[in-house]
Amino acid sequence: MTTTTKTARQKAEKTDAGADYFVVGEEIADAKAPAGPIEQKWAKRKFEAKLVNPANRRKLTVIIVGTGLAGGAAAASLGEAGYNVLNFCYQDSPRRAHSIAAQGGINAAKNYRNDNDSTFRLFYDTVKGGDYRARETNVYRLAEVSANIIDQCVAQGVPFAREYGGLLDNRSFGGVQVQRTFYARGQTGQQLLIGAYQALERQVAAGTVKMYARHEMLELIVVDGRARGIVTRDMVTGAIESHYADAVVLATGGYGNVFFLSTNAMGCNVTATWRAHRKGAYFGNPCYTQIHPTCIPVHGETQSKLTLMSESLRNDGRIWVPKRAEDCDKDPRQIAEADRDYYLERIYPAFGNLVPRDIASRQAKNMCDEGRGVGPAVKEFDHEGNERMVRRGVYLDFADAIGRLGKDGVAARYGNLFDMYAQITGENPYETPMRIYPAVHYTMGGLWVDYDLSSNIPGLYVTGEANFSDHGANRLGASALMQGLADGYFVLPNTINDYLAGAPFEKIDDTHPAAAEALASVKGRIEALLSVNGTRTVDSFHKELGHIMWEYCGMERTEEGLKTAIAKIDELREEFWRDVKVTGVNEDFNQTLERAGRVADFFELGRLMCVDALHRRESCGGHFRAESQTEDGEALRHDDEFLYVGAWEFTGTGEKPVLHKEPLEYNFIELKQRSYK
Amino acid sequence: MNVTLRVWRQANASSEGRMVTYQVQDVSPDMSFLEMLDLLNEDLTVKGEEPVAFDHDCREGICGMCGVVINGTAHGRGNSPVPTTTCQLHMRSFEDGAVIDVEPWRAGPFPVIKDLVVDRGAFDRIIQAGGYVSVNTGAAPDAHANAVGKLKADRAFDAATCIGCGACVAACPNSSGMLFTAAKITHLAMLPQGQPERKLRIKNMIAQHDSEGFGGCTNIGECAEVCPKQIPFDTISQLNRDLIASLFSRDGK
Repeated sequence: MTTTTKTARQKAEKTDAGADYFVVGEEIADAKAPAGPIEQKWAKRKFEAKLVNPANRRKLTVIIVGTGLAGGAAAASLGEAGYNVLNFCYQDSPRRAHSIAAQGGINAAKNYRNDNDSTFRLFYDTVKGGDYRARETNVYRLAEVSANIIDQCVAQGVPFAREYGGLLDNRSFGGVQVQRTFYARGQTGQQLLIGAYQALERQVAAGTVKMYARHEMLELIVVDGRARGIVTRDMVTGAIESHYADAVVLATGGYGNVFFLSTNAMGCNVTATWRAHRKGAYFGNPCYTQIHPTCIPVHGETQSKLTLMSESLRNDGRIWVPKRAEDCDKDPRQIAEADRDYYLERIYPAFGNLVPRDIASRQAKNMCDEGRGVGPAVKEFDHEGNERMVRRGVYLDFADAIGRLGKDGVAARYGNLFDMYAQITGENPYETPMRIYPAVHYTMGGLWVDYDLSSNIPGLYVTGEANFSDHGANRLGASALMQGLADGYFVLPNTINDYLAGAPFEKIDDTHPAAAEALASVKGRIEALLSVNGTRTVDSFHKELGHIMWEYCGMERTEEGLKTAIAKIDELREEFWRDVKVTGVNEDFNQTLERAGRVADFFELGRLMCVDALHRRESCGGHFRAESQTEDGEALRHDDEFLYVGAWEFTGTGEKPVLHKEPLEYNFIELKQRSYK
Repeated sequence: MNVTLRVWRQANASSEGRMVTYQVQDVSPDMSFLEMLDLLNEDLTVKGEEPVAFDHDCREGICGMCGVVINGTAHGRGNSPVPTTTCQLHMRSFEDGAVIDVEPWRAGPFPVIKDLVVDRGAFDRIIQAGGYVSVNTGAAPDAHANAVGKLKADRAFDAATCIGCGACVAACPNSSGMLFTAAKITHLAMLPQGQPERKLRIKNMIAQHDSEGFGGCTNIGECAEVCPKQIPFDTISQLNRDLIASLFSRDGK
């Protein structure tokens, strides 16, 4: 049991708003993880899973959508195993998937530092970091295969940082007390992805993988309850095509772009997973979003994306805002020490500037809400929908660090980040403090999967950020790359065989009613988008949706705010289908049409995120619910009520979704309330 | 600030293209070059005209998807104080009232798809020809089984930072893809994992490079000048040394 205070509990109970927005369905459970000690489960599952004879594998086809760490690694591995793989990505090359942007590193329980690391400790840290909302069995397996990932990547030629002795270097990352993070300068994601990409291209050359670049998945084909194919649009010619297989894997990343501004690539979208959701796949914990505290602030209305800077900056930088609002437009160097509020050091003396991501983010928001933000004021909308100008930035100051380490010392640690900051802002961070602000960075939610990474639709598997499985309500630093590669190299290739052993399934083609229906619905939707011919651009709708999501379903959520957001999203969605302007035709390279389809799906997802956030009347991980806080304003979890995964079933646009709860059992780790004071 | 753009418009690979002039108003110096193009496209959309097609994705200089020729230099290197991708070039690098030419990569092996978008599939095919280490998933020894001296590891890394954007090809009067190819050759040649296939790899990658229609290298060096990741020009020397050595080897014959 938690240390829930009585008043907060009563408050949470009073406000059950569920009936208007959703219905509660039957509970669900993962049926695939075997019983027994946690350290034996994965070996047991692999042994029990049915196998496919090597000679039969080439007769079986697997579709994989996405070529990032989770998709590219899976496509290469299944190709090596001898399956016939069809791999899709929307970019012009599989090497460009957004895994490439990860900077910091990848965790692995190698214990190369002899600092008492172990599989169990990585498992423990990941569950605790996720604020006890992840499934123990999945996380343990993640920790278990983590060491194999490093071996695999090194063998591929991934140039991890090394010491003079020629062995791999490690660093400490994300507030843990061991050095288990492997890294490749500030571009670990890029180097890992290139490793997976090269393995993938090797299989393309070998003929086991057929690559479809510049193809976007627009529908899932489900035949007799099984996922059997997808409908894609060729983004160069506009051709709407069907592809059939014995199983379909979605490795399509996260949906942070529902906020319009995020650190995601411009093309990142929810369409593949959302289309699968509409066909019956449950969506797990959609409201779990990670907000990263150290991003470069918004410069104005035309900003298209946000850039993250590694949070390692918080090791030496000190975060502050002016004590008085009237100082906010002064040159920061002219503000006396006594007039500065080092608010994290003040509120959290034990952790100071190194508090977890969600706390650092929320406090930055609080300071700016108080009118003490710095940098240019940017347009936003308040809860009443009124336009307002607010400075959204706090200082991250290296003056002390430069005094202590010298400019060269700081440059040696953070030079590349300082250069990046200077290039984007035009300011010199060695001379004037950096400005930072939180930004949407990662989504822990995603399609619900079991221990085998299978969704509730047989034959539909989901890997990497696209699934909900391993990070609970908050992801630790350097764990996203680990999960993507764990799923792609080691988990999926050892679970999907259990399903494929029942294949090949009945041959289908475009004349099958399910396929014909999927093709017709995709074509109908595109025609609908092109025929609106309204007055507003796709981006103007996307930005407005982003404002709503950020204001009401961002760092801090309230019941009233979420209800407002749902009403606003419904209204905006209607307006979109009435007044959007999509230029050009389908039979062409048409980027406006691509974006329109994605934004249309973001409306529906955004609404579900708000419903999920509304129903979860607790503060948990990266999700702060204003009604659920301790007396001193910290997050308060309610394990007695919300110790479950919220898996949502689609019932129709505008219909109430059905909530299926998967109760979480903690048999190996004791539940604790976080405290950073 | 206000700028005048002269942008290459081309409907598809088989049609003729031409430069079209547009005015873009209320440009903020803090905008990236691509955000300025977004502004143009919003304006064109509202007017019912087709927006300008251009490739882009991460917009933080790492995915390699964006890339146009600006005022005659790849990624606008001529206007930028530092090596850059197009997405990391900011409007503060231009004067108010500037006239800016925007064109696609121009190279035979990179056919135009539409406007500023080209097909760089040839790069993927060069990697398919041998830009990898043949190790199946699960077959790896412990990561510490092979030590790599720091100098070689650093050189491998410098080469491995290539993002495959294609600026090197666009900048080269010969449309050579040599810097791209040399980056991968050098990356893997510096590492023990890359040794068994080293000679076979270079023969196959060079053969693929040539068959795609990329030209030869004549040591001009513009490729390295515009490279956003500063891939060292001497990786091409490494490539040449490895290529000559491979000719005395039976691998790949």
